[in-house]
Amino acid sequence: MYAFDIECPTSVADAVTALQAEEAQPLSGGQTLIPTLKQRLAAPSTLVSLTKIPEMQGIEASGGTVRIGGAVTHATVAASVGQAYPALADLASRIGDPAVRNRGTIGGSLANNDPSACYPAAALGSGATIITNTREIAADDYFQGMFVTALEEGEIVTGVSFPVPEKANYQKFIQPASRFPLVAVFVAKYGDGVRVAVTGASNEGVFRWAEAEQALSANFSADAVSGLQVDDSNLIADLHGSADYRAHLIKVMTGRAVTAAA
Amino acid sequence: MAKVSMTVNGTSVSREVEGQTLLVSMLREDLRLTGTHVGCDTSQCGACVVHVNGKAVKSCTMFAVEADGAEVSTIEGQANADGTLSTIQQAFQEHHGLQCGFCTPGMVMSAAALLKDNPTPTEGEVRAYLDGNICRCTGYHNIVKAIMAASGQDVSAIAAE
Ligand code: FES
Ligand code: FES
Repeated sequence: MYAFDIECPTSVADAVTALQAEEAQPLSGGQTLIPTLKQRLAAPSTLVSLTKIPEMQGIEASGGTVRIGGAVTHATVAASVGQAYPALADLASRIGDPAVRNRGTIGGSLANNDPSACYPAAALGSGATIITNTREIAADDYFQGMFVTALEEGEIVTGVSFPVPEKANYQKFIQPASRFPLVAVFVAKYGDGVRVAVTGASNEGVFRWAEAEQALSANFSADAVSGLQVDDSNLIADLHGSADYRAHLIKVMTGRAVTAAA
Repeated sequence: MAKVSMTVNGTSVSREVEGQTLLVSMLREDLRLTGTHVGCDTSQCGACVVHVNGKAVKSCTMFAVEADGAEVSTIEGQANADGTLSTIQQAFQEHHGLQCGFCTPGMVMSAAALLKDNPTPTEGEVRAYLDGNICRCTGYHNIVKAIMAASGQDVSAIAAE
């Protein structure tokens, strides 16, 4: 690693100030950033830790929403939201491995927006609201492509608010070496329609599968998607799977998620 | 440089470290607790697992500064006060849960974290919990068997396939 300093502010305001320094970068759980630093793919002068800020901890469930602090770990989400939003707890319980889940955070995952990460699928599939130090951003506007989000320089994800669906399920087909999703699908059924978010599959990062949403809003069953075709023109093709294969997996995983949720 | 203070296996320690010093580097190089191993550069192998405030973490994927004020336990703190092996360590020995031993510190620390939360796990739960601990030697069967035995369960039916 290149040399850097670490600051550990205890308020969002102090973190925002610290991030104004030249080449400063936020550090949440570090489960992606630290391996990146080891490979010398980043050279910050200062890392600003976000994990000792009480305002960014805590989970509240009330009035049909679950609000999770940006620095809450995957393990805490898995252990705490099982009652309020079981599909979200289940998703969190299968990210990485136990030690990674004890450090990795929901805000870090959403800020990084890895095209194969799990949380972006939950946030987009639930129509969540991403809360930052300056504003609230709808998930539909937040995810803007592979590793690209609506966040401005120095803006911090302080929390996420999920509207709780009637039913939901997350199905992931893992790439066995990385254990990241090769393709994973989050399906959520709300009173006003169904949302389907796909991760791992597209060159544009997480996306909504509009045809499936329409079909499932009319008929919430795996049969409703079995006749659909996924446009594979923008899907990832690599040594782990062709675009065509991923297109097929999207349909299969969507069907399984609907069956498991129904 | 920053000053960090923490409790390691019940003893208070303070050191001056650089920002980029990993917790595992401080444990191994500054405190000379070399039982915690480093098996990879990619946060995948789990040889470096220790407990920070009671939770299993990869000490290669956390900075020493982040553990300031924490209670850290490592493999060196697992044996009983009289020097005899802990139940988990004893079970690894009895069930041949190690060959070269490189992964063992991480395996034992992960097992200890699992059994604290889930004192009588199923075989499937043990295997799932070891997702982030890689062993190049044993094929895992005897590690799983040792952890099941340490939890007080009958392991006579768990045979190597
Ligand atoms: S040394 Fe391999 S995960 Fe830490
Ligand atoms: S005993 Fe050799 S790596 Fe596990």
